[in-house]
Amino acid sequence: MSQVHLQPEPSEPGGQQPTVTTAPVVSAERRFLLSRGNSVNADRFFSWLMLLCGLSIFVIVGLIAFELVVRSELSWHKFGLSFFYRSFTDPYTHVTTFWDPVNQFFGARPFVYGTIVSSLLALIIAVPLAIGVAVFLTEMCPRVLRSPLAFLTELLAAIPSVIYGLWAVFVLVPILREQINPFLIRMLGWTGFFADDNPTGLGYMSAGVILAIMILPIISSLTREVMTAVPHSQREAVLALGATRWEMIRMGVLRNARIGIVGSIILGLGRALGETMAVAMVIGATPEIHRSLLANGSSMATVIANEYAEAVGDMHLSALTEIGLALFIVTIIVNFFAQLLIWAVTRGTPAQAR
Amino acid sequence: MGVGIEVINLNAWYGTNHTLQDINLHIPANHATALIGPSGCGKSTFVRCLNRMHETNPVGRVTGTVRIGDLDIYADAKPVQIRRRVGMVFQRPNPFPTMSIYDNVAAGLKLNGYSNRRALDEIVEKSLRNSALWDEVKDDLKKKSGASLSGGQQQRLCIARALAVDPEVLLMDEPASALDPVSTSKIEDLIFQLKSQYTIVIVTHNMQQAARVAEKTGFFLNGRMVEFDSTHKIFTNPSDKRTEDYITGRFG
Ligand SMILES: Nc1ncnc2c1ncn2[C@@H]1O[C@H](COP(=O)(O)OP(=O)(O)OP(=O)(O)O)[C@@H](O)[C@H]1O
Ligand SMILES: [Mg+2]
Repeated sequence: MSQVHLQPEPSEPGGQQPTVTTAPVVSAERRFLLSRGNSVNADRFFSWLMLLCGLSIFVIVGLIAFELVVRSELSWHKFGLSFFYRSFTDPYTHVTTFWDPVNQFFGARPFVYGTIVSSLLALIIAVPLAIGVAVFLTEMCPRVLRSPLAFLTELLAAIPSVIYGLWAVFVLVPILREQINPFLIRMLGWTGFFADDNPTGLGYMSAGVILAIMILPIISSLTREVMTAVPHSQREAVLALGATRWEMIRMGVLRNARIGIVGSIILGLGRALGETMAVAMVIGATPEIHRSLLANGSSMATVIANEYAEAVGDMHLSALTEIGLALFIVTIIVNFFAQLLIWAVTRGTPAQAR
Repeated sequence: MGVGIEVINLNAWYGTNHTLQDINLHIPANHATALIGPSGCGKSTFVRCLNRMHETNPVGRVTGTVRIGDLDIYADAKPVQIRRRVGMVFQRPNPFPTMSIYDNVAAGLKLNGYSNRRALDEIVEKSLRNSALWDEVKDDLKKKSGASLSGGQQQRLCIARALAVDPEVLLMDEPASALDPVSTSKIEDLIFQLKSQYTIVIVTHNMQQAARVAEKTGFFLNGRMVEFDSTHKIFTNPSDKRTEDYITGRFG
């Protein structure tokens, strides 16, 4: 019998085949897989590594906040909360100011004001435009133009802000100064928001317009995203009720996407609040508060960028840092809410997924 | 009151796909008419041609004549006018998730600028009663959103939404396909009641359902209308071999 086993059996595949297949053979692939172990350690290592990466975000944010708090201590110890609203009258000249590095008096009110005014202006201009662009791209644009146009709007968001600033200085400001501001002064001068006392063309208005152009792509591309996330069945439901195209867009699309649209607007606001370079180039950089939108002003980001390098003394530095801290907190909160809203929509509630 | 529908030489395309070919039939007023046929044979496309929804598809195209009452819908009217007269209930419930139940039902009227509050309240109640949903939702009409209802309730809400504009024709594309037996039988009861006032066209895969609710039944196959006759005749003694094969379950 043993001789039979010693025979080179595989040379006769035909006769031997049945026994080979019925025997409990462990295939080569299977043996290979069995020899691999269960990789528990590699897995564990990997998840720790990823956890570390994730945590580093918190660490970085935490460190920034910590540093801002420490470095602005001098200022908030001296001025407290009044930093954000108090003004100061020079004992000799009797001029009232908010920000006077010479007399070491620092108050952030004109910067907070400038940031809010320019950002709100930007929203007022950008939001209708951005929604219009998004509606056009998702609902009306011929198919062939859709992707190129969407791509172009997204490209706008990638342009460095200093380029926007340059463009504003050379193109936008002259246009505002020569064409638009005189018109606004003539038509709306009586409101007090458009006073004819600043021949430069710089100011809140210029800052607002350039900010509007900068946040337009963000708002419109996110709005487009949430609009495309609205299921087709919602559009059909409205159409079947006898709606016109515009009614369909309003009721079937915008209404369902509104939370996400609000989110994208807030995200645009977050960008506007923190924008530094372009605003610094056109806002006029004077630490004053004016009712007129055509007047020179300043903003939180602007004053930090302009004065940090040549700050006079620790208190000046500390005050600038405190402005930075305030801006940091506000933008984080604003962005948090924006992301939350957008996430709530694009993730899709069960009802909308249907 | 419903009106009859006359379909003459209807053809429809999706791009180059000739989906409906030479459809001719007469759908009687104030009756329920069922459309049956295997998946992909063109039933949905057909009902979408009856309220000009087919052309909302960028590649959709239609030729032929459809007369609803006296109105030649492709020649004499705008799609918007047609859709106000021809209500539609879709295969999958699609209530407006951001609107309350009340606003869902009132949507069609509000859309067209109707603003009489008292009358609106009455219409909403009547429509919800007609769609057998009133008792389940009457306490939180304005509190709950359209999306907070169950699938079957949502479908009945969509029916109420379609009824609220008082259409002459009601198109229902597999209204019960996503529903449990209880909701399904509620919707069937509903069709049974509604057909005295409306002309109803119902697409269904469920032949018992067709037999239960419809006086007339049409059998579609590969984009053609193979047979159209009284429901009784179709299910007991069809003239066409293919109809017989389909209803006896030999294919489809
Ligand atoms: N949106 C569309 N784009 C392109 N072709 C389509 C579209 N909808 C349907 N079709 C085609 O048209 C044909 C008929 O489709 P239709 O939806 O009318 O079938 P149906 O009878 O309703 O099927 P089901 O019973 O599965 O709902 C199918 O062959 C399908 O491929
Ligand atoms: Mg269908």
